[in-house]
Amino acid sequence: MIPIECYFALSALLFFIGVYGFVTRRNLIAMLISVELVLNAVDLNFAAINRLLYPQGMEGMFMTLFVIGVAAAESAVAIAIIINVYRNFRSDSVDAIKNMKR
Amino acid sequence: MFIILAVFIIGSALMCVMTTRIMRAATFMLFVLFGVAGIYFLLDYTYLAAAQISVYAGGVTMIYIFAIQLVSKRTLQGLEERVRSSRMIVGGLAALAGLLVVGLIVAKTGFITQPMACSDFELPMKAIGTALVGAGKYQYVLPFEFISVFLLACIIGGLVVARKEEKDV
Repeated sequence: MIPIECYFALSALLFFIGVYGFVTRRNLIAMLISVELVLNAVDLNFAAINRLLYPQGMEGMFMTLFVIGVAAAESAVAIAIIINVYRNFRSDSVDAIKNMKR
Repeated sequence: MFIILAVFIIGSALMCVMTTRIMRAATFMLFVLFGVAGIYFLLDYTYLAAAQISVYAGGVTMIYIFAIQLVSKRTLQGLEERVRSSRMIVGGLAALAGLLVVGLIVAKTGFITQPMACSDFELPMKAIGTALVGAGKYQYVLPFEFISVFLLACIIGGLVVARKEEKDV
């Protein structure tokens, strides 16, 4: 049996690796990938805690399922915005964007 | 098995944020997603793992790869962003501080100490299906429909944002 702290430790490590990537990277798509890592860490915690506390229930599982759906929608919109930004500014770095509208 | 998956996930995530090439970052993100799906299999949430693989690894990663191909041709050829070391130090410090706080909280409270009980119980697919589209107590048709409307709104919004603007606007 795996103790629950292992799941927490894995989730925390993944979360803060994502935070580190979000802070350090200056590329828009790389930042988005880091956000995906953070979301996965949170999903992992939901699933583990649901399995620990309510093994017969499925609340955390549905929370994770909806988070996956929201993450897909979020990444689609963000990618649309990034493509538009690239079309306007010819760059995909956040430092190139001074104003939202050129 | 958990150790293997954990090492795989952490290593892939580290490579994902460390590598300077964006395409490699996307590939390592795919590895992380597969690892998390493996953790779900380990927790016996097979439906969740299937959703993770199909939505994340099938859909989201594909969107990212297409976006990378559309956006950054230069990036693929190696001349890629140089991460400044000062920012790297600041980010590392922030991440370490947060990790320390979370670790202290988990260690201090120690609210759960027993090992995972009943970890080999798999939810029947029928129960999942009825809970997902049932309208009673502890059933989830309202968020399900909300997610579907939200996805539709995001698709329309993405199309509106990404479409080519007219020249005379």
